[in-house]
Amino acid sequence: MSGDPLLRVEGLRMHFFTKAGVVKAVDDVSFSVGRGEILGLVGESGSGKSMTGYSILGLIDPPGRIVDGRIDFDGIDLTRLDAAAWRAIRGNRIAMIFQDPMMTLNPVLRIDTQIIEAVQAHADVSRESAIARAREALVRVGIASPDERLRAYPHQFSGGMRQRVAIAIALVNGPDLIIADEPTTALDVTIQGQILFEMQKVCRESGTALIWITHDLSVIAGLADEVCVMYAGRFVESGTVADILDRPLHPYSRGLIDSVPSRNERGRPLRQIPGMTPSLLSLGPGCPFRERCTSASPRCVESPDVTEPSPGRRLRCFHPSA
Amino acid sequence: MLAYAIRRFGQSFFVLVLMSFLVFVGVYAIGNPVELLVNPQADDAERIRATAALGLDKAFLEQYWVFLKGAASGDLGRSFVYNVPALSLILDKLPATIELAFVAMVIAIALGIPLGLVAGLKPDSILGRGIMAGSILGFSLPTFWVGLVLIMVFSVQLGWLPSNGRGETVTVAGVPLSFLTADGLLHLAMPAVNLALFKLSLLIRLTRAGTREAVLQDYVKFARAKGLTQGRVIGVHVLKNILIPIVTVIGLELGSVIAFAIVTESIFAWPGTGKLLIDSINQLDRPVIVAYLLVIVTLFIFINFVVDVLYSMLDPRVRLGGAASH
Repeated sequence: MSGDPLLRVEGLRMHFFTKAGVVKAVDDVSFSVGRGEILGLVGESGSGKSMTGYSILGLIDPPGRIVDGRIDFDGIDLTRLDAAAWRAIRGNRIAMIFQDPMMTLNPVLRIDTQIIEAVQAHADVSRESAIARAREALVRVGIASPDERLRAYPHQFSGGMRQRVAIAIALVNGPDLIIADEPTTALDVTIQGQILFEMQKVCRESGTALIWITHDLSVIAGLADEVCVMYAGRFVESGTVADILDRPLHPYSRGLIDSVPSRNERGRPLRQIPGMTPSLLSLGPGCPFRERCTSASPRCVESPDVTEPSPGRRLRCFHPSA
Repeated sequence: MLAYAIRRFGQSFFVLVLMSFLVFVGVYAIGNPVELLVNPQADDAERIRATAALGLDKAFLEQYWVFLKGAASGDLGRSFVYNVPALSLILDKLPATIELAFVAMVIAIALGIPLGLVAGLKPDSILGRGIMAGSILGFSLPTFWVGLVLIMVFSVQLGWLPSNGRGETVTVAGVPLSFLTADGLLHLAMPAVNLALFKLSLLIRLTRAGTREAVLQDYVKFARAKGLTQGRVIGVHVLKNILIPIVTVIGLELGSVIAFAIVTESIFAWPGTGKLLIDSINQLDRPVIVAYLLVIVTLFIFINFVVDVLYSMLDPRVRLGGAASH
């Protein structure tokens, strides 16, 4: 990856200031995405990966707040933008797709309304040309008879079709970056495969960069160029997809990979990571994974710094696997 | 849609017949109106003659049968007291009540939904908390007390607003209306606010609860992720979803405002059906009571029908008659 990346997140911290205390949902996370590149952002539920996505779009609601860090997008530090300027980027240059397609489309508005408003929020175009762009976007995500579909309501669509519509809405303004928050988790496997294929194709064709947020490493394996692993709101390690999946350095990444069922180990009990993810509310300093880690030592009560064991590879651990 | 309307009409007819029977049983049990209608010095012969003239000498079921036969031809009986058809007595007074109810509902809707939205979007702000505190007052203060205080303040002490009657009216299509004249509006102001207060509080709470739930939904986040303005996210995406329960409640409450404007009408001497009902109950004027209740039931049925139609317009998942096409 040479030159300036499209998006560079640097030391991002996003905390929720609740009555019970400060929840460090995102705590010192850094990664970058090049133009047209696909980054897999991996972690368990509650690891802060979705909140990282929302932070990039400026969709954090009080009591949540970005307290530190930079989000450089094409030369602009998003964290310094006011609400109106951030809104102008949202849905226009950075789009987002959500996890549950049954919930993301507004049930009481027609599909055309929901696509046209996305076009007209960013471009001063007539309704006719907005409809033309909506139709084009539906065709691109593989929806047949778009004219008929435009006049339908979300409840007349299946889950997979709704997710295609959501993707079409994300694509309609030709964004530079799409943040996809587990968009295939709620779909069955065959539909998941189709959606993955469409997304990959569309992004390659249009040179759109993609951040694919997921807990599913098997999806990442076939999709991403780079992978960034998060745990308990913190950056764990990053590298190319081959590096992370074949030679994980952090004990947590290794644990995640070992938890994936494999054909070669049929009949053997699945390995799992012992223990539970810690509550972000009571999380002290030090490596958050040490309680569950087999390699942990007394040193781990201190927070390890991010190191670069090899070019393009970043890690936060005192005891990397060999 | 036609099949739906016909089925709905059949149900409504059944409800009306059942309702009329229950009301008939009810008023029959209250007491003998002849005691109140006939001169106390009258002798037994006079009494019997009066009873026969009113048809009260017949058996209960026979009386009901006579009533049903009359009702089928649009005759709900004659008022014992005024000796005019009960229905025309009520229809005479109904415009005043409906006007009062509508103005009250307009006030409640025009203030309640925006205030509820503010309270729902900013639940922890001073404004949001203030609105909720106000709505608790609106809920808990009794209508008659608020009415009396309004009269005390605005009529007695400040002398700004008249305390009784409809004021000057304009007749439009044979119906006298107050809200088209300045004097009428002044007369309307206090009773309408008094009647609106409870509904206003209800709408504030309902809108707030709906808003708080809706803003957490993914479709709201997705709408924001599209880069829509806050105005469009709230005004279209949130509002259209929360309107569904709000329309139901407005419909039901409109019926109840018309039916139970009694207290407000009594306090402000508003010449509507509420006052007529109270007078009729005091004088045991059975036909008027029965006719009033039947008119109110018909109104409720009609309003519910309108609400169902509005539903299908607001929520595409609801299609009347169950003929949703895929």
